[in-house]
Amino acid sequence: MKRLRSATELEGFRQEILAARDPNKPCVTICSGTGCHAYSCERVSQAFTKELKSRGLQGEVDVRRTGCHGYCERGTIVVIFPEEICYLRVQPEDVPEIIATTLIEKKLVDRLLYQDEEGQKIVHEGEIPFYKHQERTVFGSNRFIDPRSIEDYLAVGGYSALAKALCSMQPEEIIGEIKRSGLRGRGGGGFPTGMKWESCRNAPSPAGVRYIICNADEGDPGAYMDRSLLEGNPHSIIEGMIIGACAIESHHGYVYVRHEYPLAVENLGIALEQAREYGLLGEDILGSGFDFDIKISRGGGAFICGESTALMASLEGRIGEPRAKHIHTVINGLHGRPTNLNNVETWANVPLIINHGADWYSQIGTANSKGTKIFSLVGRINNTGLVEVPMGITLREIIFDIGGGIPEGRKFKAVQTGGPSGGCIPESLVDLPVDFDRLVEAGSMMGSGGMIVMDETTCMVDLAKYFVKFLTEESCGKCVPCREGLDRMLDILTDITEGQGKPSDIELLEELGDVIRGTSLCALGSTAPNPVLSTIKYFRDEYEAHVNEKRCPAGVCKALITFSIDEEKCTGCGVCIKSCPQMAISGEKKKLHTIDQEKCIACGLCRDACKFEAVIVS
Amino acid sequence: MVELTIDGIKTSVPEGTTVLEAAREMGIIIPALCYHPGLTPYGACRVCIVEVVKGSQSLLEASCTLPVAQGQTIITSSAKVSQARKVIIELLLAACPNSKTLQDLAASMGVNRVRFKIKDKNCILCGLCVRYCKEQMQSGGIGFVGRGTSRRVATAFGETPEECRNCNGCEWICPVCERACMAGSLTDGVCGRCLNLAPVETCPVCTHCSEAVGSSGHRVY
Amino acid sequence: MDSVREEKVEEVIREYDSSRDSLISILQDVQSEYRYLPESILKLVARKLGLPLIQVYGVATFFKAFSLKPRGKHLLSVCLGTACHVRGAPAVLDEVERKLCIGPGETSEDMQFTLETVNCLGACALGPIMVMDGEYHGQMVPGKVQGTINRCKKSPRGGKK
Repeated sequence: MKRLRSATELEGFRQEILAARDPNKPCVTICSGTGCHAYSCERVSQAFTKELKSRGLQGEVDVRRTGCHGYCERGTIVVIFPEEICYLRVQPEDVPEIIATTLIEKKLVDRLLYQDEEGQKIVHEGEIPFYKHQERTVFGSNRFIDPRSIEDYLAVGGYSALAKALCSMQPEEIIGEIKRSGLRGRGGGGFPTGMKWESCRNAPSPAGVRYIICNADEGDPGAYMDRSLLEGNPHSIIEGMIIGACAIESHHGYVYVRHEYPLAVENLGIALEQAREYGLLGEDILGSGFDFDIKISRGGGAFICGESTALMASLEGRIGEPRAKHIHTVINGLHGRPTNLNNVETWANVPLIINHGADWYSQIGTANSKGTKIFSLVGRINNTGLVEVPMGITLREIIFDIGGGIPEGRKFKAVQTGGPSGGCIPESLVDLPVDFDRLVEAGSMMGSGGMIVMDETTCMVDLAKYFVKFLTEESCGKCVPCREGLDRMLDILTDITEGQGKPSDIELLEELGDVIRGTSLCALGSTAPNPVLSTIKYFRDEYEAHVNEKRCPAGVCKALITFSIDEEKCTGCGVCIKSCPQMAISGEKKKLHTIDQEKCIACGLCRDACKFEAVIVS
Repeated sequence: MVELTIDGIKTSVPEGTTVLEAAREMGIIIPALCYHPGLTPYGACRVCIVEVVKGSQSLLEASCTLPVAQGQTIITSSAKVSQARKVIIELLLAACPNSKTLQDLAASMGVNRVRFKIKDKNCILCGLCVRYCKEQMQSGGIGFVGRGTSRRVATAFGETPEECRNCNGCEWICPVCERACMAGSLTDGVCGRCLNLAPVETCPVCTHCSEAVGSSGHRVY
Repeated sequence: MDSVREEKVEEVIREYDSSRDSLISILQDVQSEYRYLPESILKLVARKLGLPLIQVYGVATFFKAFSLKPRGKHLLSVCLGTACHVRGAPAVLDEVERKLCIGPGETSEDMQFTLETVNCLGACALGPIMVMDGEYHGQMVPGKVQGTINRCKKSPRGGKK
């Protein structure tokens, strides 16, 4: 370990690392994001280490545990370099075969390769349709880097942007470059990053104290791109923050990260420690005389703390309650000082812009939305995972070309973007280009990049109720429209899903939604009605079916559906009888079974248990 | 001094004044529940919303926390404003139907029914008592507990706080328990008689406040 | 309160330089020690930091991460993120509630189980997800709930989060 005292020393050290690495030496990389953890990637990597050792190959082959590759549907993912052979759904039991066949005999293990619809096997990661249509500029490095090794990050050119910014650029130049790049905040609002930095730099502060915050309180349910970046490539965020600090002349930074992300906290902590040891963080960074350090602060589990003033309140040890933002946080933020807050993905974009220049960056994307965006594509979709695409790509390309469409041949119905504050975009708008402005025009928003795909089995009223319930629980409770308004909205939606809806309820929801949107104190409240208003806008017929006909077209709302057994399909096997917690099913063996509607609680266990699809919902 | 236009009238007030203060100075009535001239503005009840005109667009903002700005144009009683205020008061009435302050306010705005489920919580969480305790008494014995719909004003662990000096200020400043509605029964959440009734000095029926912030020991809610 | 507890709390507070700003981090570290926040500890933290008790109490009741009630031996959380929701998490939660006879946020009488819900664990490909004592169980259906609970009952460990 040595402390780097100049940009030249950093470059020299990088060359040393690269010289010691043989690009042709086989390297097994194992995706170790949280998704793959749940698939037991840990055992896979242990199996590799053990098996290679028992064959005496430990010196011949490198094993590297990398960050998330994004294709979570097919974890655990193993990529073998230099050939870039990609194996999917790898189990610990597959490891001996991979070593024997691929690493020793240099042949492929066919059954672990990606297979397309025509049965063709695809060997290389980049050629798999899920990856082929992506443009992974921010997220791409994840798969080459062990997040706990700063050497790995340096080997892919890490901290070169910092050296450039610190040693050869004036703060105004850095801000100018970010402004020209057209980068907009990836956290939800889409505010131009360069302008924010400039306002913060120019804001008067008595003792010159300014703060930098990285918002990693990724609260949108169904969105996890920030977590994967923090887990998989923490140094890129640290580098972005130091560059920002240098431009704004701040010496104190915070990363506010969800406590539900233990791996991200751990990896970030290690990365900060390494950066300090190498003199890339702390006092006199790279011998430039500039001081900056970063503290980690773990969130307490509150969605509202994604809002900047609530986040800052909780950083001061208070409850996460927002305040009116007539004076922006870049002027009056943490402890009343100018504070610049950006989210994880925004910070991760910064080193790229400094390295490649604003002109390169602004070529990607649309007129007002530059660069790429990472989306988490989840829900009723074949390829669940994280996808990074240029702004302006259509929803169709994301859902069908990358996402592989809807499972079990079902029909695509809608996609929810922007998390609980966003809106539902129906199938008819599937050719909508995705950027900040177009999503707002469609009644939704970019948000942090959650994309939840729904098919015909999703009830839109139930979904709206789900989001409103989420937000009622997550509202801080300070202002009346949000606290009382959302709660009343939930009452109405609950009535509708339970068959108690009145014809006037839909208009009342719209009226209430407008008031909550217009009068709430913070962005949580003013965007909270979006899921309700957008589903009413595009799926009014479903609301009407619930209210007028007491019918749930998707077969979801328990009070409006009945379970029965198909005479033709039932074989009388008795499995459903055993599965029923209410003892509502009766029938002799090999004879038709029946469900007692009085006892049935519509839990759906019998439907899951039946192998003959004889349980029907109507 | 900052120059602005409120309801078509030009005025000029010192910097740092809020729109609510500026308007009230001019004699314009803006209803407000969580505002008190002696306490820090909080912006929670949203009853004091006004329309801020920006070119061809306009936004609703709570006037109690909105600082005046040079050239600002404010409308305090447009259709948009009164429509939103009505819904907010309806929401408040659903939460606290027994408050005379709310019933009076509703009647003066022409709200004649509550379309929402009545919850009867007896506290609108305006935070006046919390701020009074902290700012005026320098005490800080009561505060907000929980969040979202389970948010309430309370003392820690329901115990009388060491800091409490039994000043009763919390009870005095409360807009909900100071006067209870005398109507025996409510129709659609409103009594409808409020405007005809003379204000009462002491409350004959209110039991809620003693349950809420009582004089003897502040066992709360 | 015993002196061991007091010492531990003081140690945590020292780690954060007795900074009032770090209240949330301090409470998190204290909670990971005791698995919940006992009244005596909250009072001690307030005293040591020189904060009004109501502020500490307010923070402890505002954030979902904190529990003021003792938790059971096994912690079971059902993810209710949107991806899990559209894949049928509510049915899984219903089944868990039926099997354990407790609702979210509650602990069984025998102190064996605490049931919680979380808003997205970010492992959406495996949804619906249930986490038992830190171990992920993906692609849950109501029918698999009983078996998972049984396996957990048998495991000696617990309490890990």
